[in-house]
Amino acid sequence: MNAALEKELKIKALHIRKGVIEGTYHAKSGHPGGSLSIAEIMAYLYFAAMQVDPANPKNENRDRFVLSKGHAAPALYATLAEKGFFPVEELKTLRKSDARLQGHPNMNYIPGVDMSTGSLGQGISAAAGMALGAKLSGKDYRVYAVLGDGEIEEGQVWEAAMFAAAKHLDNLVAFVDNNNLQIDGTVAEVNSPYPIPEKFAAFGWNVVEIDGHSYAQIEAALENAKACKDKPTAIIATTVKGKGVSFMEDKVNWHGVAPKQEEYTAAMAELDKALAEVEAE
Amino acid sequence: MMGVAAGLASAGYTVFASSFAMFAAGRAFEQVRNSIGYPHLNVKIGATHAGISVGEDGASHQCCEDIALMRSIPGMVIFNPADATEARQCVLAAAAHDGPVYMRFGRLAVPVLFDDSYKFEIGKGVYLKEGADVTIIATGLPVGAALEAAQALANEGISAAVVNMATIKPIDREIIVDAAKKTSCIVTAEEHNIIGGLGSAVAEVVCETVPVPVVRCGVEDVFGKSGPALELLDIFGLNAAGITAKAKIALALKK
Repeated sequence: MNAALEKELKIKALHIRKGVIEGTYHAKSGHPGGSLSIAEIMAYLYFAAMQVDPANPKNENRDRFVLSKGHAAPALYATLAEKGFFPVEELKTLRKSDARLQGHPNMNYIPGVDMSTGSLGQGISAAAGMALGAKLSGKDYRVYAVLGDGEIEEGQVWEAAMFAAAKHLDNLVAFVDNNNLQIDGTVAEVNSPYPIPEKFAAFGWNVVEIDGHSYAQIEAALENAKACKDKPTAIIATTVKGKGVSFMEDKVNWHGVAPKQEEYTAAMAELDKALAEVEAE
Repeated sequence: MMGVAAGLASAGYTVFASSFAMFAAGRAFEQVRNSIGYPHLNVKIGATHAGISVGEDGASHQCCEDIALMRSIPGMVIFNPADATEARQCVLAAAAHDGPVYMRFGRLAVPVLFDDSYKFEIGKGVYLKEGADVTIIATGLPVGAALEAAQALANEGISAAVVNMATIKPIDREIIVDAAKKTSCIVTAEEHNIIGGLGSAVAEVVCETVPVPVVRCGVEDVFGKSGPALELLDIFGLNAAGITAKAKIALALKK
């Protein structure tokens, strides 16, 4: 892929990660692990794929994004702030009682949020509804959803999967953030959703498997999705929970715990160092 | 279905989503709450086969809890029309209203009570009959039985008013207060559990404004059962005789 774009996206993803740490640290709660694992996907969607305009967040022809794994709200907020929907400084208000930035996304409070989510399994249905809406009205916008690998243990996901395939929603792309960890352990231990690609394929989806931290692979998968007609696309992204903050990586206990002062300082230092390195490239 | 409806509504559509009340309000409660109610999306839920008059299908399909469930969702508007004329107007009013609406319909063919001059208005109860001794506030299918009960009471020298309360949320506080003041006792009639439905809504208003006896006629916190619909309405006391009996209890309480 284009080297300049890749460098830009790397910088965006590091800012998103910093936003995740900033938000959860100030909130003293939240979900950093599964927010950090989707930073590259969020960066690519908002800075290379989606047609959205922070000056006109309700444009009816805009591409839509649904964070079906709504607990990764810190990543969505950091991305939207980075894109210019609201000030980056506002990330520090995450989960405060006088803030717009609810623990899980609210579409009526926060510019750029296309669907209120948080109850796992529900976002993908709404995304399918949005995609169906585009088909009914002849609009060519696309709908992107990000699901957790733990989330797809919810039955509603498969009802939506069946529906999206039955309605030939080829304007719908669902990423599965396959970081292999959910709140109580590995997804395999808790209630295995594996094999994930075969399940989506059996439900009639076009399936692509990628490294969810590789921009080249995200780009290729989205191009594959765009070329695929009549079927929705599931992109099964292998990721590392807590990615980018070494002491959080692949640790289940960072699912829903905020960094404390020392951890915050260490995480920010690590991300700042990475940022300096990328900028020097 | 409710999630897809939410997505369509977010894309600018006025969405009508329909299923049996048991599933629309019961099974999908959390989808309605989180994907439609919380974002206040423009989805109109057409819940059919509500109440015990589903008949032979039995308790698994006889939803007597839906009003209670839907009433607890902030911003949800609830209609329970009494006949075909009102049902038609409810649907049109729902389409014109901005925000989520839950419309409750029965399966049973019911007599047409209202002619084309009838005007349904969101949030407004309507006096179908004036009276001095007791007010029967009814919703949905039992409205017809309430009118019959008023006639039966009249035959015994008791003057009963009848209010058709087709909107359960927002409830018409004004007409309830008016009825409480005028007749000093109220009977409610609904094809729903007496917990959480119209009876509760009326009692809440009465307790906070003009405390007078409120006696609830409805399904008395039990599950339904199989049988022909009309037989079931008699068995569960959702008929003129049942409402008349409750009216006498209310009258006795106010003395």
